[in-house]
Amino acid sequence: MKNGVGTSGLILDEPLLWEKGKKGRKGMSIPHSDVPQAPLDEELTGTPVDFPDLSEVDVVRHYTRLSQWNFGVDSGMYPLGSCTMKYNPKINEKQAATPQLAAAHPMLDDQYSQGVLQIMYELQNYLADITGLDAVSLQPAAGAHGELTGMLIFNAYHQSHDSKRTKILIPDTAHGTNPASAALCGYRAIALKSNENGMLDAADVRELMDEETAGIMLTNPNTLGLFEGQVRQIADIVHAKGGLVYGDGANMNAVLGVADMKKCGVDVLHLNLHKTFSTPHGGGGPGAGPVCVTKELEPFLPVPRAWKDGDIYRLEQDRKDSIGRVHGFHGNFGVLVRAYSYILSMGAEGLRKASQLAVLNANYIREQLKDTFHLPYPQPCMHECVFSDQLQKDYKVTTLDMAKRLIDYGFHPPTIYFPLIVHGAIMIEPTETECKEDIDQFIATMKEIAREAKEEPDKLRNAPQISKVRRLDEVQAARCPCLTGPTLPAEQ
Amino acid sequence: MKELNELNLPENLGYTEDHEWAQKTGETIKIGVSDYAQDQLGDIVFAELPTVGDTFNKGDEFGTLESVKAVSELYIPMSGEVIAINEELDDSPELVNEDPYNSWMIEIKPSTPEEYDQLLSASAYMDLLKG
Repeated sequence: MKNGVGTSGLILDEPLLWEKGKKGRKGMSIPHSDVPQAPLDEELTGTPVDFPDLSEVDVVRHYTRLSQWNFGVDSGMYPLGSCTMKYNPKINEKQAATPQLAAAHPMLDDQYSQGVLQIMYELQNYLADITGLDAVSLQPAAGAHGELTGMLIFNAYHQSHDSKRTKILIPDTAHGTNPASAALCGYRAIALKSNENGMLDAADVRELMDEETAGIMLTNPNTLGLFEGQVRQIADIVHAKGGLVYGDGANMNAVLGVADMKKCGVDVLHLNLHKTFSTPHGGGGPGAGPVCVTKELEPFLPVPRAWKDGDIYRLEQDRKDSIGRVHGFHGNFGVLVRAYSYILSMGAEGLRKASQLAVLNANYIREQLKDTFHLPYPQPCMHECVFSDQLQKDYKVTTLDMAKRLIDYGFHPPTIYFPLIVHGAIMIEPTETECKEDIDQFIATMKEIAREAKEEPDKLRNAPQISKVRRLDEVQAARCPCLTGPTLPAEQ
Repeated sequence: MKELNELNLPENLGYTEDHEWAQKTGETIKIGVSDYAQDQLGDIVFAELPTVGDTFNKGDEFGTLESVKAVSELYIPMSGEVIAINEELDDSPELVNEDPYNSWMIEIKPSTPEEYDQLLSASAYMDLLKG
């Protein structure tokens, strides 16, 4: 194989900010104040924080160097399954940086925020159209927040029907956040096993669904990258017992303009704008997890929502049956603008095409690598495919070793050890934005790594070798996390 | 990861399909996870255990083990009331990796002691692992 894109280069080292700077350095000079001094209420003051004194150039070089150690979608292919790390077009950034939007004050009256509210109103409508559902709240800050909002809506709905429900069905292929969100809302998660084809069986749902169960949380396509073919029958069973169907929309990138979530029987669905609608993410945010619901559940949506009253856009603050606020002000508005820009620049046909290409790319990888890596569920996949390290086990090489080796070749590793039902899972989601040449390079690299596993396994066990840092001690980091600067006194 | 023939499966324990073990200690039962389970999970970084006085039915989830790879549920092999938890695991969850059979997690007073006889013997458990 030709050398991959990974090569070595000069990497500048950089200490922590606490190890930089000198007393008296300043980032900026502030003019002398002509306001008379006044004593500060002592109750408002505490021990001074030990911040380092730094000049502007200290700070700029610090963060520039850190950014050069980083790997993002602007650097290369990032096939992190379940995360939809597609390239984010720069036009979205340009729109979000428009001063009139970026500097809009959230406390301005509606009459001075018409543009902002129009964007929110139209985005709500686009998301309703895309999912097939009827009403949308843009408030939740990310996927898991959308899930919690959805569970609060479930709860509000059941309360409005004087129905007390304590359980919720969650498939074993669910994202870990699903049972956590349900538990936060007081529901007990009942695990639903997927069948030998990695999918849910309506018969299993029928057995477990009862009138103490609030409903089901399902991800479709599921985390094996498979479309739940029985979703409609499952929804009918859940509805017949008075339950609701939650759709985790994390994998919507596979089905834009293809699957109508309402026709699938979904009552509440969250979207990850930062995944499917192409806004930068990773490293903790910000994201946006709008929640889409059926007409019947619209009264429970969180406030505020954008509303059109004649020719005037308004932010609706009060709604009798609403679960209330789940976020301050307008939600993560900067993310909403990027998603709005993405939807308008792609158009309906473009979004459908994006999903089709995402599915095609994943199937191309699945087909090309199926003889190199074990494929626990061999049927055609949607936007991601899941392999395992079973064929490499004999050489005492693990999924982790292979993932780390990909770094040396200039690729971000895929998601590993998830979903949990696949031992040593390697979950690859190429997205639609990778060209064939780059996908071919990735496939060739994976084949090369499989060869190394057999012939030079130590290369994998010692990977990565040419990155800024070698393999990190994940165990130490998890057991003894150090989250403070080194000059601060250690926690007592 | 260990080969099946490298696993340590003491004969004096009862095993479950979910890879827990149970050990009779007089009237009470100590419960932990098997060598296979700790090996599959990898380095364990956190053990979430119930509190003394909690009661469980056989097969209920009584806690979780978190490794750098994944979080895994713990299922109780026998019904009963928790009378002690191994507090050492709070600060040193790695003990489960180092010595899975001395690193018990909970001790219970079984409500149905006969359930012990339904657990898998070491050889039956090994057959299960062989698949």
